[in-house]
Amino acid sequence: MLSLFRTGLPAYVMLAALAFLAALPFISEWVDNAFLMDLFLRLMVLAIAAVSLNLILGYGGMVSFGHAAYLVIGAYAVGIPAYYGIYDGFTHIVIAVLGSAIVALLTGAIALRTKGVYFIMITMAFAQMVFFTFVSIEEYGGDDGLVIDQRSEFAGLLDIEDGLTFYYFVLVSLVLALGLVHRIVHSRFGMVISGAKGNERRMQAIGFPTYRYRLVCYVISGALCGYAGALLGNFTYFITPEMGDWVHSGELIFMVVLGGAGSLFGPVLGTAVFVLLEEYLSRFTQYWHFPFGAMLILVVIFTRGGVNGMFRWLGARIGLGAKS
Amino acid sequence: MDWGLFTIQMLNGVQLGVLLFLLAAGLTLVFGIMDFVNLAHGSLYMMGAYFCATLTQVTDSFILGVLLALPLTALLGWLVELIVVRALYTHDHLDHVLATFGLILCFDTAVDFIWGPTGMAIPLPAFLDTHVDLVGGHTFPTFRILIICAGLAVAALLYFLVAHTRIGMLIRAGASNRTMVMALGVDIGKLFALVFAVGAAFAGLAGMLIAPITEASIGMGNEIIIVAFVVIIIGGIGSIKGAFVAAMLVGLIDTMGRSFLDQLLKLFMSSQNAETSAPALSAMAIYVLMAVVLAFRPQGLFPPKVR
Repeated sequence: MLSLFRTGLPAYVMLAALAFLAALPFISEWVDNAFLMDLFLRLMVLAIAAVSLNLILGYGGMVSFGHAAYLVIGAYAVGIPAYYGIYDGFTHIVIAVLGSAIVALLTGAIALRTKGVYFIMITMAFAQMVFFTFVSIEEYGGDDGLVIDQRSEFAGLLDIEDGLTFYYFVLVSLVLALGLVHRIVHSRFGMVISGAKGNERRMQAIGFPTYRYRLVCYVISGALCGYAGALLGNFTYFITPEMGDWVHSGELIFMVVLGGAGSLFGPVLGTAVFVLLEEYLSRFTQYWHFPFGAMLILVVIFTRGGVNGMFRWLGARIGLGAKS
Repeated sequence: MDWGLFTIQMLNGVQLGVLLFLLAAGLTLVFGIMDFVNLAHGSLYMMGAYFCATLTQVTDSFILGVLLALPLTALLGWLVELIVVRALYTHDHLDHVLATFGLILCFDTAVDFIWGPTGMAIPLPAFLDTHVDLVGGHTFPTFRILIICAGLAVAALLYFLVAHTRIGMLIRAGASNRTMVMALGVDIGKLFALVFAVGAAFAGLAGMLIAPITEASIGMGNEIIIVAFVVIIIGGIGSIKGAFVAAMLVGLIDTMGRSFLDQLLKLFMSSQNAETSAPALSAMAIYVLMAVVLAFRPQGLFPPKVR
């Protein structure tokens, strides 16, 4: 149980989780609670964003505090064409992925010149730039946001207007995103990325241009998050710049760290804990952000390494003999 | 070109710059000395505004409100340092960011709980609620002039403290080499708690000064804190002088961009295009400035000498 959060979940736990997610629409129907499906749709969309952030944060040590910006870019890549009556899903996805990749390339090229806390603040500042840009374009609703009349169309192949189809579309997307990240981190490219996290000078000394490797990794991560944004736009039918507010970037980091940065399934677990906790706490009190924030502070002060560390810390306290 | 309007916008730019400097000074000292990233600095700005709003209502005097709210905000800052920040020195930046992010959630919710979700207006005393005549029949609010003067006075005081007093010497020494200062027998923990509390008071003062214009509202610090981060990045983290220059630069560029960029663009593009692109471009202006500065000087304009 304790190692579960450190090295990624063992295959059978993941298969069980996957089976649960696959069966959820039927469970939702069985308990007659349509909201359940909405909750898990949101969870999965955010999980894809968290998985994309984990690629650079967990494996590459690049703490991007502006990842929610790519969610917004992806969402507007659906919303703006839809505003002009273009509902073709392939177009939406290409714009979302390419648009995010270009923004990631431009901002990453500057941000990656710096390190550590400068990087955190610069990614945050660039995300605010994206945020204010969408706020100031009144043609697309500015502050008030943009309503999307219908979901993307996939030339008759898929009808994601249908709730069940959309659910499985997102589920498959999540699995593919996990597969992509798994492939990347186990490739030679991924080794260089995590090598540069550990000791950049050494990687350079043995001949790797780490800046370029990092930039490519940052662009891939941004593009994947843009894809999550396109799903988010389709999910909510309504987009506002507010989705890219830096507070949401902070939440994404929280999800990744909570589940355990640098493990494949950690971000999914962190997102699940985050979304379900948010749902649970907000039923008790409208002031749920307070216990939530306090918990966040306590987790950070008393543990290192998110839920993983917390479990180990608890384990050590109650004498489970877990090594801390 | 309407030079009266130009002057007014220049003054507005300086006013924003002064507020940004009040915020950035605490932020940059805390980072420079203890290497601590405090996202919740904007919450202290908000708390200052709310303390001042309440005390102004109770005492029926804005001046008294500010004078009483200042030590209260400093006390709050000191408590935050004692309870949360102190436990995090040995952690890395990511932990600082996460924990202070949690603090923001707590502060915003606490304000909602105590003062309610709507903002709080601060009434100005009659002698401040007037206008000053400028050339060309334009007027400028007296209160905004007071903000500029107060901000510049605090900046001068801070300069004197940091450059010419013993405690300032320790602060400067701490910002460039903390280990050496500790080795010389200075209790850097106490020094830092002091700096943190004073920084909180400055942030609070900025909130108190802006609240009569914009109201005290939940999350008011969360937007401006990013701009304050941009300021200290441009200025060079840990440098008071850099923070001042960058705050003025950012304040002026932001204000002037919002007011005159459309006119500038009309010189070389159609007026319709200019009017649609100007708002987006002026919203980006300070971030573009940051990008340009970093492209040439990744360490900022005036980095502290040795780290």
